[in-house]
Amino acid sequence: MTAVEVENLRKEFLRRDAERSGLRRRRRRVPALEDVTFSMERGECVAILGQNGSGKSTLVRLLSTLLLHDGGRASVFGYDVFREPRAVQRLVNRVSVEASFFKKMSSTENLSYAARFYGMSASETRERIPEILRRVGFPEKRRHESMEHLSRGMQQKVSLARALLTSPVLLLLDEPTTGLDPRSKLEVQEFIREVWTAHDATILLCTHDLAEAEALADRVGILDRGRLLCLEPANNLKERYRAETLEEAFFAATGREFEHENDDSERGVFA
Amino acid sequence: MRGAAATLRHELIGLSGVLERNANLVKRYAWWELAFFVWSLANTLTIVFIAKGIDAAGGKIDVDRATTTLLIGAVIWSYLGVLFEILTETVAWERWEGTIEYTFMAPLARPVHLIGMGIFAVVYGVIRTAVLFAVIASFFSLSLGGANFAAALVVLAVASVSFIGIGMMTAVLPLISPEKGMQMGFIAQGILLVISGVYYPVSVLPQWMQWLSTISPATYALRGIRHAILDGAGINALWGDIWPLIVIGIVAIPAGLVIFGLGERHAKRHGKLKRSG
Repeated sequence: MTAVEVENLRKEFLRRDAERSGLRRRRRRVPALEDVTFSMERGECVAILGQNGSGKSTLVRLLSTLLLHDGGRASVFGYDVFREPRAVQRLVNRVSVEASFFKKMSSTENLSYAARFYGMSASETRERIPEILRRVGFPEKRRHESMEHLSRGMQQKVSLARALLTSPVLLLLDEPTTGLDPRSKLEVQEFIREVWTAHDATILLCTHDLAEAEALADRVGILDRGRLLCLEPANNLKERYRAETLEEAFFAATGREFEHENDDSERGVFA
Repeated sequence: MRGAAATLRHELIGLSGVLERNANLVKRYAWWELAFFVWSLANTLTIVFIAKGIDAAGGKIDVDRATTTLLIGAVIWSYLGVLFEILTETVAWERWEGTIEYTFMAPLARPVHLIGMGIFAVVYGVIRTAVLFAVIASFFSLSLGGANFAAALVVLAVASVSFIGIGMMTAVLPLISPEKGMQMGFIAQGILLVISGVYYPVSVLPQWMQWLSTISPATYALRGIRHAILDGAGINALWGDIWPLIVIGIVAIPAGLVIFGLGERHAKRHGKLKRSG
């Protein structure tokens, strides 16, 4: 069954130039995504590799119903993302690079707030929240502590718990391990693997961590300046570009080093 | 039928989430709540003492009546401020904390979300205002024996519907402009403060401001509540102030929802539904 179908998806943003034309700053249209086409099968894990500003977050935001498109189409389990957003919202959840929470509230209070929006009653959350926090390895004694007192790694675990609490069939992971220490990173990756295998979830993982993409995903795509250059299993990708590593394959596909991230962040689209 | 019941249950649970989250935030920011309350108390006292000040300076004034008039103005203005602040925070606070994307991608009807914020704002505002009124009144040994508090509460309840509608309209400002939205909200509140006769009758305003005052629900709320508390007026006598509030409420709530919906669409089109700060 097709979980995600994206066809010629386009999104552009208006950005103000630093230069002024008369009293006003000139505006220019910056393409964030250009005719992106791909599909994902149910239960598949697809990683999209790209530098900062390549359009990864724009893709995740479009599929999360947080952005309106400028062309093309996208559907999640047969529901049109832009015409039937409520149906899509029930199926999708995400984890982003920033573990965003009400900082003064505890993990339990934050999760409870998120769960209510998905129709989970107080009695259900009383049962499910401790269970899900235990599964992500969150210490029980810290459940009522403010989020601001937790480390980045701990916060990201709560973020994963928030996404899984609503039992999404499509999980959108937007650089979920960026900025984590090596141990937290491994723990989060291990948990993603567990969710994927145990819960029949379909996962779209946007990352600029090549090893993470190779370790977790069935297929790896390269998104460069808003264009999806390829999407296939990591080994095929390396074969196609006659590369030893994914990094070399990325270089061959884009003509640029993976570390040279400033190139794309200057495009002024979402980082 | 079962589908409709399930949808209603889902939305009501979502609404309870909005109320619960706001209650948690009040609890977690308890010291700030206390600090803001003391600030409101001091601010209101400063205004209410003006009546005694005029008397002490030799001015001819009915001190009790003027004190009560100022007290009602300051307390209702504080209530309005709380209402607008909470509704504007629908977007502004979520944007600041970074939770805005998670909240706006959740399957909850926006009207339910906004009405949840409005209900919390009214409940919290009424409790805070009642305590503020009682504490300040105790400073002045006012004789309020003839006051019709029940009628005043009815006026406040009807006015709150309009205030929520206008609050929804101001809540959209941080959605359209993350940088300037809050500032524009303050300007809108400032205009209401001037034209609604918070501390003086609107008849002292220039003519063009008096015209503006007729579209502000605060004008009718303040006049009605003062009439109920100072003169003991009942619902019948207050009808002249109640019906405009009903009309403004009927227009303001749907208008607020439509404007917020358009603002959300604009934010989604231009990529403004994201964290800042």
